[in-house]
Amino acid sequence: MGKAPKKKNLADKVRKAKAASEIKNNPFEVKINRKKFDVLGRKSKHDVGLPGVSRSKAISKRKETLLKEYKQKNKSNKFIDRRLGEYDAKMTPEDKILQRFAIERQHSHGKRDVYNLNEEEELTHYGQSLAEIEKFNDTVGSDDESEEKGLLSAELTASHFGGGGGLLRKKTSGGEQEDEQGGQKAKSRQELIEELIQKSKQEKRERQVQKEEAQELTEKLDQDWKSIQALMVKKTPKAEHVDKPEEKPEEYDMMVRELGFEMKAQPSEKMKTPEELAKEEKEKLQKLEADRLRRMMGDEDGASVQSQVHMSADDLNDGFVLDKNDKKTLAYQDGKWNIEEETEDDKEEEGKTGEEEGSEAEDENEEDDDDVEEEEEEGSGEDEDGHSDLESEQESENEENDEEEEASSSRQQQTLSREELKAQQEAAKAELPYTFTAPESYEDLKDLLHGHTPDNQRLIMARTQKCNHPSLAAGNKLKLQKLVGFLMEYMGELATRSPPELCTIDKLIPELYALCQMFPEAAGKSMQSILGDAAHSMEEAVEVKGHAAFPTLDMLVYLKVTALLFPTSDFRHPVTTPALLFISQTLTKCPVRSLQDLTSGLVLCCLGVEYISFSKRFLPELINFLSGTLHLAVQDKASTGCMVVPPFRLSGKYSDLLVLSNSESCSSWSKKNLPLSATQQLELKSDLNKDHYRLNCLSTCLDLVKRCCLLYKDLTSFTHIFQPIRTLLSKHLLFVVLLQELHSEILDAISSASVTHTRLVFEKKKPIPLKLFTPKIVEVLDYGKKRGSTREEREKERLKHKYKKEFKGALREIRKDSRFLAREKLNEVMNRDAERKRKVKELLGSLATQEGEWKALKRKKRT
Amino acid sequence: MAPAKKRNVSSKANVKKIKIDLEGIVERILKSRKHANDVFDILEFLQSEKEKDITCAVDACCKLFCTFLKRKDLFIGKLPGEDEAIKGEHSPDEKYKIFMRHRYNNCVEILLEHLNHETHEVKESALCCLMKFAAGQGLHPLEDLDWSEHFSFPRELIQAVVHNILSQSSDNSLLISRFQEFLEMEDVRYYVMSSIRDNVATVMDKSKGVVLPVYQSNVFTLMLNINMPSQDSELTNFMVKQEAKHEDWKAAKLHDHKRAFERMWLGFLKYKLPNSMYKKVLVILHDSILPHMSKPTLMIDFLTAAYDVGGAISLLALNGLFVLIHQHNLDYPDFYKKLYNLLEPSVFHVKYRARFFHLANLFLSSSHLPVYLVAAFAKRLARLALTAPPTALLIVLPFIYNLIRRHPSCRVLIHKPSSEDELLEDPYVMKEVDPALCHALESSLWEIKTLQKHYHPDVAKAAMLINTPLSEQEDDISEVLEITSYELMERDLKPTESKSFPLEFETAAHLLERRGEVLGQHFCLA
Repeated sequence: MGKAPKKKNLADKVRKAKAASEIKNNPFEVKINRKKFDVLGRKSKHDVGLPGVSRSKAISKRKETLLKEYKQKNKSNKFIDRRLGEYDAKMTPEDKILQRFAIERQHSHGKRDVYNLNEEEELTHYGQSLAEIEKFNDTVGSDDESEEKGLLSAELTASHFGGGGGLLRKKTSGGEQEDEQGGQKAKSRQELIEELIQKSKQEKRERQVQKEEAQELTEKLDQDWKSIQALMVKKTPKAEHVDKPEEKPEEYDMMVRELGFEMKAQPSEKMKTPEELAKEEKEKLQKLEADRLRRMMGDEDGASVQSQVHMSADDLNDGFVLDKNDKKTLAYQDGKWNIEEETEDDKEEEGKTGEEEGSEAEDENEEDDDDVEEEEEEGSGEDEDGHSDLESEQESENEENDEEEEASSSRQQQTLSREELKAQQEAAKAELPYTFTAPESYEDLKDLLHGHTPDNQRLIMARTQKCNHPSLAAGNKLKLQKLVGFLMEYMGELATRSPPELCTIDKLIPELYALCQMFPEAAGKSMQSILGDAAHSMEEAVEVKGHAAFPTLDMLVYLKVTALLFPTSDFRHPVTTPALLFISQTLTKCPVRSLQDLTSGLVLCCLGVEYISFSKRFLPELINFLSGTLHLAVQDKASTGCMVVPPFRLSGKYSDLLVLSNSESCSSWSKKNLPLSATQQLELKSDLNKDHYRLNCLSTCLDLVKRCCLLYKDLTSFTHIFQPIRTLLSKHLLFVVLLQELHSEILDAISSASVTHTRLVFEKKKPIPLKLFTPKIVEVLDYGKKRGSTREEREKERLKHKYKKEFKGALREIRKDSRFLAREKLNEVMNRDAERKRKVKELLGSLATQEGEWKALKRKKRT
Repeated sequence: MAPAKKRNVSSKANVKKIKIDLEGIVERILKSRKHANDVFDILEFLQSEKEKDITCAVDACCKLFCTFLKRKDLFIGKLPGEDEAIKGEHSPDEKYKIFMRHRYNNCVEILLEHLNHETHEVKESALCCLMKFAAGQGLHPLEDLDWSEHFSFPRELIQAVVHNILSQSSDNSLLISRFQEFLEMEDVRYYVMSSIRDNVATVMDKSKGVVLPVYQSNVFTLMLNINMPSQDSELTNFMVKQEAKHEDWKAAKLHDHKRAFERMWLGFLKYKLPNSMYKKVLVILHDSILPHMSKPTLMIDFLTAAYDVGGAISLLALNGLFVLIHQHNLDYPDFYKKLYNLLEPSVFHVKYRARFFHLANLFLSSSHLPVYLVAAFAKRLARLALTAPPTALLIVLPFIYNLIRRHPSCRVLIHKPSSEDELLEDPYVMKEVDPALCHALESSLWEIKTLQKHYHPDVAKAAMLINTPLSEQEDDISEVLEITSYELMERDLKPTESKSFPLEFETAAHLLERRGEVLGQHFCLA
């Protein structure tokens, strides 16, 4: 800027000559923009202006740009000055010369000697010629320690006297210092980093210098030494002897380091004692429980889905789930499996496994120790490696454990002839392949499982799952998701076979649970479709016939499985809510026409109680069904006079289902668990058997009533809900001794409930604050701007305003430009005119002188 | 497979042959009177065992006698006995006509019998044939009367047809639905209606108060198939056009149609009905019977009787009563008291739940009802809600809220602040039949409080509404009236994007062994 313009006006001179502060302080330069109102808190940028400065700035800028363009106008060629640093004001002339020279050299050094290594150039390392290094006369390293000896560095003292933690703290100390600095000066991160880099560079440089100096000194020493070596031949051993005692503190150092490293090498997650494990487990369960409670209350706000599956630190992420009951670690005794352990009580077993775990932990601890020692020998660099080794070892151990557990789990069901069975199972297991392809269709699955024992079926499923774990191949996830649906379908089919193969279902439950944990979505969807279909078909039957048949056993199994897989206590759950609705639909729409129907109904009631046992929700259909069932047992229907809720009827063909045919049969009855298959087919030959079955049903029913009493005792309408049951029990049903206890318990529970309640009132609202008469003060943030419009409108308004401002500014600039150009043109014309005048004048002058001379000459001639 | 097919083919061929034969015979008979005796062959076929033969013969008869009717080849006037005709002094032409008239009568008798044949095809073709005869007779009457005085219509024939259709032993609903197309004709409908009345009167009087389910269901189906016109101008479709005095004909007047219709129904409802029939009648009463009666108030006796029966029948009678009260100014004493007593646990379970609540909503929408009554209704419904399925609860809860909204003084049921926290027993008396004495106003709706713990989230949410003051706007219960439990379930089954499936965290190892197991305590796997 300072060089190019040839013409300099006054303002430029002034500006160049004076410093900025001087200009600002000059009252003749400064123009103060007077404010009309002084507004508190408003900052204005334009209260002081420097018109002279800004004008000169603008003019010089125009000169650089506009004027040049104007001059270049109508010219096709252009002169470009490519001299290095010609227009760079910051460069000192010396620099300029130096750089130009370097470039000159580069140019002269053309392509032709790219591969010419030996000419002129020298390879260096750390600024030192390699050729010199190759001489191997560097002997500095050997004497390094001796130099450091006796040096009481801060580091050393810290490690020796700082409580031993110095080594560990060393790493972080730098950061801490920086933090402190940050605290003091509040530097930005960028600055800190820059500072750090600078510092490290400086240190590096210093180190290099130091090293060079040291090298020089040692070389000098060496030479000196050589010169006097001959004189001191005999004294060297003594010198060595003197050195020795000084090594002792090094041992100490070593110990300190060792200790330090030991601490460092500790595993990030230490081996847990059984108590700790139990505690952790408890905490996890508590957390899940809290989550369940939250969902039960129907809070939707915590919608952020957290990972539902707990992953332990040891989890291999292979989808294998350790079942509690399978938790039998295999132990060897004298090369044999320690099977006796399984027959012992669970408690002992647990204790023992605990011990084993403890011992294992100890072993591993020992290994840790070993590792640490090794690391120490190997040096600090390898410490991470050692750790990862350790982890991989643990992993492999876990895998072994898993496999062993799986193997042992299949041996749970031990019968009397355990030896035989064991042999059989071994044989069967030998036949089973270890890998299975995931079934693509339901038929495939059936073929896969066909003809295997329940235990083997489970094993097959487990192996299929493992072989097709999603982490192994891309398509596996989809395959396993499909498998969930197939497995459910298979369970349904097992339940519909006659006789139903419920034991197989029982065996397959853990596998289904594991799959469900992996793919909750797929499991939920397939269960939903099962429930939806069943409910839909029932609805259609009801539309056509007015009633429907009780669902078959597979639906009962599905409902039970639903309760196993999904939480039943949620306020709203995509699977369990429909399941409960299905139960309710069944209990209201299906009339009881036989003992089978009644059994189905009781199963459903049991499921209903199970579903609501945690949340204690009110299930009216359950009470209706139970009271209806009790009503079936009343001999003299007419006298009861109580209301019966459909599907039960006050009288009719099937209203005497539970009336005992012979009151004597009570004496030989004892409570037995009913088989689930009784919901499908029931063969009761004699009246006695029938009576026993009836008594079983009644006892189940009474037990359920008792459970309901306990569950619902806090409901406000408890007495009204249980009124029909109470009248039935107290007046019309008299039971045998065995049921008497239940009977009286229920009556006690019902009568003990409180019958009085406080009146209903609305929940207290937050009181509405009184109206105040003080003016409402609203903070105005943007003055003079339109308020109350929408965001878009405001944005539009803002843009419009900006455009206007810019437009005006541009217009002003253009005007200034044209003014500038006009001035320049005028200048040009003036200059040209002046020139011409000057020339004319000159010519006229010369002519005048000529004329004068001529006249003078003439006069001379005359005279 | 093959032999059966063969037989099938042969039988088909056989049928074809018979058809051709019969057509030939008909041609011959029509061509010349010589072959008049061949008509016996046709009648023989008409009585054959094979259905195909019968249908062919029916077709043939239809063709034959329709032509005769058109040609007036049948004897007109009072028919002398066959033996007399042969002996008597008649021209051969007259003799022939008398002979043919007798054959025609035989044919009609056989066809009427066939109306109760086992197979539907035979019944149907017989019916069609008979109706064609009726049309023919209407145009060319067989009675010798002064037609300027009388209206020609084959009354006896229609009566006989109706008598045979309304069988006491077999369900003729299919045939009746076929018959419906003839009932579109105004005159046929009119005479069928009066025939039904006569028929019902004679049959039911004979039965002496015993219900005849099959017969009554036949009558009901037939009556149900009668579509009454709503305006005089719609009476255009006649089977027989009267040349003179068409305007005076009863069958051409809507008023007479209505009276016939009314008498028919009253005659039918006079007798004891089976329960299912009772319900069916009540279901259609308000929109297909009452509007077509000339004096709907005549139904009052029937409806009040039905209303007093109790149970589902009472619920259904409500609709008819509503129409009478609303449009015909019926004054029904103790109507609300009876309505109150209709509320039983079963109202939530019956098929007509939606209709009942719709009407109850209408009855209780009046703002002039006393507060005690409304409170009693609300309290009773709430008490009954303790036994209701979720679909019913979704109706009842808004229903109760609407009652409270309409009658702000009922708000004490859900909000009765008192200075001291007194505990009290529910003063409401469930067994009291009089809503004025049941102390509902002194009670609170604790039942709804209980339902806040209901297992279904929608119900629980609806019950939560009583915790805060109700909104001014009434809930529209018509949306939820028809909801079924599957629809309710679908709300949860519908896939939504944000839906996640929370899982049970307790590991499941066995079907029946778990913490808090109930099923496993009473049932076992094997």
